[in-house]
Amino acid sequence: MKKVVILGATSGIAQEVQRMLIKEGVELLLVARNSERLLAIAADLGTRGAVNVATLAADLADVSAHENILAHVQEQLPEFDTILLAYGTRLDQEQCRHSVPMALQELHTNFISAAALLTVFADYFEERKSGCIAAITSVAGERGRRSNYVYGSAKGALSLFLQGLRSRLYASGVRVITIKPGPVDTAMTDGMEKGSMFADPKDVAKDICRAMAKRSPEILYTPWKWKYVMAIVRAIPEGLFKRLNF
Amino acid sequence: MASPGETIVESRPAVTQPAKTAFSWGRYPHVQHRAIHKATWTDELPRILESATSGSLLPYGLGRSYGDSCLNDGRDLVDCSRLTRLQSFDAESGVLRCECGVSLAEVLEIAIPKGWFLPVTPGTRFVTVAGAIANDVHGKNHHRAGTFGHHVRKMAIYRSDYGLVICSPEENPDLFRATIGGLGLTGIIAWAEIQLRRISSSRIDTETIPYHSLAEFQKLSSESDEAFEYTAAWIDCFSGASLRGIFFRGNHDKKPNLEVRNKSGPSVPFVFPGFLLNRYSVKAFNNIYYGIKSSWKKASLTPYDSFFYPLDGIGRWNLIYGQQGFLQYQCVVPEDSSGAIEELLRLIADSRMGSFLGVLKRFGAAPPAGILSFPRAGLTLALDFAMHGEATLRLMEALDRVVLSCGGALYPAKDARMSGAMFDASFPNWRTFETYVDPKLSSSFWRRVTEKR
Repeated sequence: MKKVVILGATSGIAQEVQRMLIKEGVELLLVARNSERLLAIAADLGTRGAVNVATLAADLADVSAHENILAHVQEQLPEFDTILLAYGTRLDQEQCRHSVPMALQELHTNFISAAALLTVFADYFEERKSGCIAAITSVAGERGRRSNYVYGSAKGALSLFLQGLRSRLYASGVRVITIKPGPVDTAMTDGMEKGSMFADPKDVAKDICRAMAKRSPEILYTPWKWKYVMAIVRAIPEGLFKRLNF
Repeated sequence: MASPGETIVESRPAVTQPAKTAFSWGRYPHVQHRAIHKATWTDELPRILESATSGSLLPYGLGRSYGDSCLNDGRDLVDCSRLTRLQSFDAESGVLRCECGVSLAEVLEIAIPKGWFLPVTPGTRFVTVAGAIANDVHGKNHHRAGTFGHHVRKMAIYRSDYGLVICSPEENPDLFRATIGGLGLTGIIAWAEIQLRRISSSRIDTETIPYHSLAEFQKLSSESDEAFEYTAAWIDCFSGASLRGIFFRGNHDKKPNLEVRNKSGPSVPFVFPGFLLNRYSVKAFNNIYYGIKSSWKKASLTPYDSFFYPLDGIGRWNLIYGQQGFLQYQCVVPEDSSGAIEELLRLIADSRMGSFLGVLKRFGAAPPAGILSFPRAGLTLALDFAMHGEATLRLMEALDRVVLSCGGALYPAKDARMSGAMFDASFPNWRTFETYVDPKLSSSFWRRVTEKR
């Protein structure tokens, strides 16, 4: 892992990942929509001693622009070997329930646009015959819950997509990592009641960096306890689960 | 399909946290906030200010102020702890520019390897740069370097009335001087530029010398101020008439060693039951501490974290004071009023309420950097007291009378109870400062000392 492209570089988890990667001397290309915020992050990483940080302002949710994004990315960070897809939204479930456009928007950002991007980048990696595709989904994608099933179904679909991609790229020697964080204390979850369940984005970032660097499990639950929590959640019979209020 | 936001931050304004409990370091007083706005980007600050009502907001960093100067009872806080981006650092000149929420620990982490150090540091590195400015903090080198505010070159401040204001000693100098030591009330600092100090080693060449009277302490201080950059003393507040303490003095070592030390030690896991800290346990601690330190060899090479931040080694040490929390009393009295310090120590010893964290230091005569700066020429004494309700508050009022009678002052960053009259006496020019307070900002401390008169 020497050259990493971060898709959604302004997200809370991505910012922590970036600070860790530069300590290892990794070169970065940061992609996000807001160019001023991108520059603030690039200045921060540069001041902290990054070797090379490039930025690319682009609206990743705009699928029609993806073909160009790959060309721009290749131009800005030639021979990149890893991508981390880190963007996502978590719109209010209550509002999504009452608004079709909002529900579609949530599905579009978190799944459709992500799948489109991965399709474009998968060909690049397949041809390269090495490298790593990592994407942040969520434990919310493991089971549909009344409190977040729109967000959850988009993340669940993304996890399935990554699973298929992993199998496809196995022969080419490309690793595909599905990152499933539990709730994390970032701007995305502000507004929720944050109890002890919420992880520090620094801890999550540490796990992600380790998973991207090593030949370790390609499905990462972070913090690790969620692997066991979700095993239990998945095992609850549907007849009982539908009655649970969470 | 419309192209939706790429991150949720961008598609809606900074969100209000439902959690409304924020503590100061002393965990006293306990207050409820109406809302805590968490800013993730400095560009969100104008919107937060805009939507606030008059006198409703206060910026909050790492909550290391001891009393209520970082709290805003019944109103709102802007939590700036995510605003931690560095903007630039010139390794030639030692000038660092960063967002308000960057901690001094982070500054050290990037500065030391390049041969730079904080120009002034308080007793913990877990404070933000903006917090260090807002309280115009001082350290063991006050007699040489003045306060943190003396090393600020420039600031960008969001105001609810004027928008973003850049200020420095040349540009908007009045707002600059009001913001240094301004308790976060003059606007929200977006970023600041500070001048670091050159070092060849992060280690401190330290000497520890026991002393047995205030006169001896003063003699050591005046002898040492010339040759030592850092001086401060521990004082045993149970020693009463037979005063004793340990004087520390040191300089940065000459032999190159730019080691960064950021290992964290154990953390206090939960709020201790209050009774664990009593006069017997504290007395025993003081005896052991004095025994160890006074028997140490006189000179040693100390890593900077043990020299400046001994308490940072224990995470959340404030929890040992129990559910009720604690108060710190820090005053300064004029140089020629050493009798006042003796009187304070006598009152504290008689009350049997003192604790182990007693610090004595002689401030230098540097002119204050800010309008409300606390440090001034004289002797400063700082002591922790577990909060035991009325009795503790009454003791502090007795201490106030001694400080008042000799023309001394109290430190707002450590205070949770001083009266309006005490504040008047400590900061006679606060009415001048008041004209720079942002109309939308206020704090529990500010209302307590300026209202009801």
